Amino acid sequence: MSTSPDLAKLIFGRLTWDAVPLHEPILLATFAVVALGGVAVLGALTYYRLWGYLWREWLTSVDHKKIGVMYIILGLVMLLRGFADALMMRAQQAMAFGADHGYLPPHHYDQIFTAHGVIMIFFVAMPLVTGLMNLVVPLQIGARDVAFPFLNNFSFWMTVGGAVTVMMSLFVGEFARTGWLAYPPLSNIAYSPGVGVDYYIWALQIAGVGTLLSGINLIATIVKMRAPGMSLMKMPVFTWTSLCTNVLIVAAFPILTAVLALLSLDRYAGTNFFTNDFGGSPMMYVNLIWIWGHPEVYILVLPAFGIFSEVVATFCGKRLFGYASMVYATVVITILSYLVWLHHFFTMGSGASVNSFFGITTMIISIPTGAKIFNWLFTMYRGRIRFEVPMLWTIGFMVTFVIGGMTGVLLAVPPADFVLHNSLFLVAHFHNVIIGGVLFGLFAGITYWFPKAFGYKLDPFWGKMSFWFWLVGFYFAFMPLYVLGLMGVTRRVSHFEDPSLQIWFVIAAFGAVLILFGIVSFLIQLVVSFMKREQLRDLTGDPWDGRTLEWATSSPPPAYNFAFTPLVHAHDAWWDMKQRGYERPTKGFVPIHMPKNTGAGIILSGIATAVAFGLIWQMWWLAAGGFVALVATAIAHTFNYKRDYYVPVEDVTRAEDERTKTLASLA
Amino acid sequence: MSQASHAHDHGAHDHSAPGAHEGHGHEAGHGTLKGYTIGFVLSVILTAIPFWLVMGHVIPDPRLTALAVMALAAVQIVVHMVFFLHMNSRSEGGWTMLALIFTLVLVVITLSGSLWVMYHLNHNMMPMSVHDMRNMP
Repeated sequence: MSTSPDLAKLIFGRLTWDAVPLHEPILLATFAVVALGGVAVLGALTYYRLWGYLWREWLTSVDHKKIGVMYIILGLVMLLRGFADALMMRAQQAMAFGADHGYLPPHHYDQIFTAHGVIMIFFVAMPLVTGLMNLVVPLQIGARDVAFPFLNNFSFWMTVGGAVTVMMSLFVGEFARTGWLAYPPLSNIAYSPGVGVDYYIWALQIAGVGTLLSGINLIATIVKMRAPGMSLMKMPVFTWTSLCTNVLIVAAFPILTAVLALLSLDRYAGTNFFTNDFGGSPMMYVNLIWIWGHPEVYILVLPAFGIFSEVVATFCGKRLFGYASMVYATVVITILSYLVWLHHFFTMGSGASVNSFFGITTMIISIPTGAKIFNWLFTMYRGRIRFEVPMLWTIGFMVTFVIGGMTGVLLAVPPADFVLHNSLFLVAHFHNVIIGGVLFGLFAGITYWFPKAFGYKLDPFWGKMSFWFWLVGFYFAFMPLYVLGLMGVTRRVSHFEDPSLQIWFVIAAFGAVLILFGIVSFLIQLVVSFMKREQLRDLTGDPWDGRTLEWATSSPPPAYNFAFTPLVHAHDAWWDMKQRGYERPTKGFVPIHMPKNTGAGIILSGIATAVAFGLIWQMWWLAAGGFVALVATAIAHTFNYKRDYYVPVEDVTRAEDERTKTLASLA
Repeated sequence: MSQASHAHDHGAHDHSAPGAHEGHGHEAGHGTLKGYTIGFVLSVILTAIPFWLVMGHVIPDPRLTALAVMALAAVQIVVHMVFFLHMNSRSEGGWTMLALIFTLVLVVITLSGSLWVMYHLNHNMMPMSVHDMRNMP
């Protein structure tokens, strides 16, 4: 019998029944809800016989539009998880004063703020940004798909694999208690011996593969596949910001991968890169991860700037003011974003000369950003502004983001940062720019491009509800945090002694509830719009009187996007075509060469997730076997030569004739 | 406007078919056996020298040895780029060169910045006298 514990260890590694949190009522209830919901969804899929449809049309799809939609769905699902974490933190902080210790023990609270940060950045903002780029960029440049359609599907599934790994940590084991960047020495094996940090590392490594590959893919698409005539300075601004974002992804994400690889060596192999002794330096980890981390901020916000540019130009009925300056500002931000990383650790002790250099570069980077704000304002000036939902988000952004930018410049002053660092002022600042900048931009983009993806608009009433709840809720939730931060309250604290602070936390919690209403309104908007889709239907393909090429094709576009590759003569190509009285070609169609769907992406990602699980729980047979299977499957996929087909000319003609008829009936 | 007819012309040679790698004229050459052989021999030599330097203790100062190994690694990167990746200033309409310059700028920023930052951290944060602390850089 003495061999049985060894055998169990060989098979299950560190995994035992203790890892399943049966003693945590909150987690148990969450698990019950998730399990019931999951069973309901799976049951519904089986009952309505949707498995085949789902597999053929979505999961294995290499169509950039469908992959974009799936990215956005992933982002929204993870938003619910990340926001549930936020509500729990706000509730805890609003009640845990003096004798009351709230309902979350510190070890649970620490996991929640770590998971909140990781999920919101990597699995909400990144998928939403990548999803919109996927959906829109090929359409905007008049291409039929991205440069590497299979790679696109694989990238998406790797991102899902990372998200699944994070979600697993909720019910099997624990998540990191280190904060969202897992600074050593806390994240080293000596202080975090559990599986939490391993979950963190492998979730980010798997998702990182997807992010990097999709970055390469979109760069190749934008550089090589623009419609004839679309020179760089005739590209839509969203495509420009996407290009810069993907350049940043390709340049920055390998740094994250390398840093996390070194941290895993410290944890698994006993090396001393980031330990306190034996020549290791935890400060090097902080230095390296912010060389990735600061560009990451611009990876998120540049596409949002692109969305605002498209929305402002469309809803003001004017060409974007200062197109060239917008492009140059974007490029300057791309370069400068690599010169400011130290402002995240002014207080570490680099001294006056280093701190002043990085303080000044940080202030300089606000100049191109400020120039962009003026460009949007001057586009609105004397424009015929239509206050539709995407425009509301844009105006909400301009007001909110300027406040966040100003507090950012405050933090860029090193002496001020010594007072404000690690305080709730900082927390308020980055939520101010990420919610006010990135999230508002993403909601503007989702509302703006939804009719392109699905053929009907989103219901404006619930869209406005969502917008106002988010906007007002944001101010209620984060302005108190500025106040608390100025009073010296530090972040990541689960219990307070000073009762005079409580009122501010209660106001912040109230704001979080308003944001909850905003999210619920958004979900209601999706349902209501689906129910009213016949009323909201857009048959023209150009519901907003748009300016760029994605509005030149039908909504939703056919799989091949454009029957003929459009010719571009001017910036705002579709507007130019409309002005010149463009006539859509109605005959002479030819077969269209398209890529074929494949299940390889989802299979590879599934195996990669299993490898991660093996590595986390130290089930070495699973990790090694999975890795071999991963390589073998990837090689086997290269022998799949049936990867393309031609859309027969009859199918193209049928689809295009249909559209000709629809357009004629509207005229 | 004769856009429709233009579109017809372009539809015929459909240059934007995604995922269609076969049958495309590659702009960058595939290289020759001679090129690959030169690259391979150079790489072997540039790999052998560092091994020899380290194992034979050729240079007495280990710091100097490390610098020499790094310099040879940098030369090898250039060899790979020229002979295996076929990079030159004209390939892909200058895009590879642009990408290389951008990468170099970022690598220089990352390395020199990290060295600068870590040097000052080391200088300031290691145990020191009160007098030293007053005269921090």
